[in-house]
Amino acid sequence: MQTAAQIPQEVSYLDYKGKYKGIFAWIFSTDHKRISLLYLYSMMTMFTIGVLLGLAMKLELIAPGRTIMGPQSYNAVFTVHGVIMIFMIVIPGLPAVFGNFMLPIMIGAKDVAFPKVNLLSWYFYVLGAILVISSVLFGNGIPDTGWTFYAPYSFKTGTNLLPAIFGAFVLGFSSILTGLNFIVTIHRMRAPGMTWFKMPLFPWSLYGTAWIQLLATPVVGITLVLVALERIFGIGVFDPTLGGDPVLYQHLFWIYSHPAVYVMILPAMGAISEIIPTFSQKHIFGYKAIIASTLAIAFVGYFVWGHHMFTSGMSGTAQYTFSLLTFIVAIPSAIKVFNWISTMHKASINPDIPFLWAVTFIFVFMIGGFSGLVLGALATNVYVHDTAFVVAHFHFIVFGGVGFSFFGAIHYWYPKMFGRMYDKAWAKMGWAFFTVGFLTLYSPMFYLGMMGMPRRYYDYLPEFHAANILSSLGSWVMAFGLLIIVINLFRSAKNGAIAPINPWNGKTLEWTVPSPPPVENFDEIPVYGEKDGPYNY
Amino acid sequence: MENATQHSDPHYDQEASKLGMWLFIFTELLLFGGLFLVYSIYRFLNPEAFRLAGEELNLTIGAINTVILLVSSMTIAMSTSALQKKNKGLTIFLLEVTIMLALIFLINKYFEWGVKFDHGIWPGSQHLINDMSKGEILFFGLYFVMTGLHALHIIVGMIIIIVALNKVQKGTVHADRPSLLENAGLYWHLVDLIWIFLFPLFYLIH
Repeated sequence: MQTAAQIPQEVSYLDYKGKYKGIFAWIFSTDHKRISLLYLYSMMTMFTIGVLLGLAMKLELIAPGRTIMGPQSYNAVFTVHGVIMIFMIVIPGLPAVFGNFMLPIMIGAKDVAFPKVNLLSWYFYVLGAILVISSVLFGNGIPDTGWTFYAPYSFKTGTNLLPAIFGAFVLGFSSILTGLNFIVTIHRMRAPGMTWFKMPLFPWSLYGTAWIQLLATPVVGITLVLVALERIFGIGVFDPTLGGDPVLYQHLFWIYSHPAVYVMILPAMGAISEIIPTFSQKHIFGYKAIIASTLAIAFVGYFVWGHHMFTSGMSGTAQYTFSLLTFIVAIPSAIKVFNWISTMHKASINPDIPFLWAVTFIFVFMIGGFSGLVLGALATNVYVHDTAFVVAHFHFIVFGGVGFSFFGAIHYWYPKMFGRMYDKAWAKMGWAFFTVGFLTLYSPMFYLGMMGMPRRYYDYLPEFHAANILSSLGSWVMAFGLLIIVINLFRSAKNGAIAPINPWNGKTLEWTVPSPPPVENFDEIPVYGEKDGPYNY
Repeated sequence: MENATQHSDPHYDQEASKLGMWLFIFTELLLFGGLFLVYSIYRFLNPEAFRLAGEELNLTIGAINTVILLVSSMTIAMSTSALQKKNKGLTIFLLEVTIMLALIFLINKYFEWGVKFDHGIWPGSQHLINDMSKGEILFFGLYFVMTGLHALHIIVGMIIIIVALNKVQKGTVHADRPSLLENAGLYWHLVDLIWIFLFPLFYLIH
């Protein structure tokens, strides 16, 4: 393998001058690193909108009755919040930003297999975002169905739903193309000598994710098309007055949308599997077990969709089968947690910023996971179904999982991506505020749900007031933490100290190229020898 | 593994582009798979109505269209062979034949749909909703969606073939760089294959 010192200094991908100037040098670039940043910036824009909508909901719920908005506005706000956060942030999240940037470098390639398709998938992302936003700005009424677009309301509502549905469809297409690209890249472009079982775990997680993206997304695609056609023509497939079955919609929707949860969480777990060994300075414990659990999650994840529908009307056999499978899919996640903890065991840990995010990830992910078992069990599910408990579980898993991992990953790879180091004191403060705010925001919802507060209402009974105040306060603390994190990262991209090639003493290939990497990543494609491996400390 | 380096530089990897196309075909199959699932569920629930409605369809046109698509699959496969044998003229001729066949398929489809419209049958039509059973409404709903989506794929396939034809003419697709034409062929076979399933499901099963 090449060492860092042998690589001559080249023009970095940030400073490279191609045939296009200014903004066109970015939006016409097929460089996977520039596309990664395009995704990062467009996602940050959408994330800001999503966060503001979330804050508006928490403000509305600070007191019973109408506080800042009425029921219709509240329905619209949670719908748009959900559509943005699910389809534009957590599903593309880690693959599109860090996958695009790091996958080729980590496997020793100069780019992904289809760079133009890669850029095309970003265009689809932007088009999808524009469509969703247009459903808010134009037409008579903002979509109010919730992000799930449940039939029959999704074709009965008078609001401007069609652009949002087409937006989700187009975003799905973007996701499929990214997945396709990654699978081919991993199959065809690994560095010589990098066998499957010498590949780092983040690419492995992207590989599992890509298969889910590829095989599950088309199903929701056609389902959304059917809802759109139902709305335009009235074809009848989901309309009970024409002989259709609205519950069939739920099945088709969750056949995709449950695996989509693993599209969100697998790359998040992959990033954690990179951070933990680096900061423990140890070989990851159970490398093959982590790979096996990744593939097991991707596979079993297809067969658990019914647990979203325990109260929708299913046979008893279907119910307990789905419940059993749900318990089974928890096992591989537990294997990963066990392996991460074992990696830290007796290690000389460097508790730097990315590591803090990683351990907090494990903490919130476990809370989310255990509350998931409460929901996966039939008896308790019926009790807490459609209550704030579900909202708490969901945000612990999805926002806790993806969010904490995303921030961990950006603090981990930031010096590589931007060639500068962020201010660690501010970063730590941001992490502290964010974590405290996160727990204060979502923990009370477990209690509220157990006490019977339903979700998706702008109003609640007076006895839920105290816990709701606490939750709303938490939302402000979390937003404050978020602000610190983002400002710190933005400022450091210009003013931070110059980052060395390998600030964390990592062993994967991205730490052998300059920070920021040159356009072609590697001067010479690295060769993996017999003794080389991603975690050889 | 050893050839990974030689592939990344010229940015042309025939294996990769074929693999990518196959993966894309998986997604297409799953897209239609969702529809086939919906079809089978409603057929299972309304067997009698589906049988009745199926008799409304014109078996002759359906059979002719099946033959047309099968022949077009053959011509595009032959065009790939012709390209390998460096017979540019024959390649172009066979691609033109394929496009013509696709066009004839669409024209037949146009007349077939037109007859349905004349009978007052289209998604959401009064005749359908007032005079027919729920099973028949579902049958025709699915008929128009599935054949419509298939026709859309025919149009997309035609565009891809036209692009490939253009590149063969320009000489950028040739015996050593056949990926685009091969992938166009794969896509066209997929479109054909889906019709092979649609035809019995709507026209033949009684």
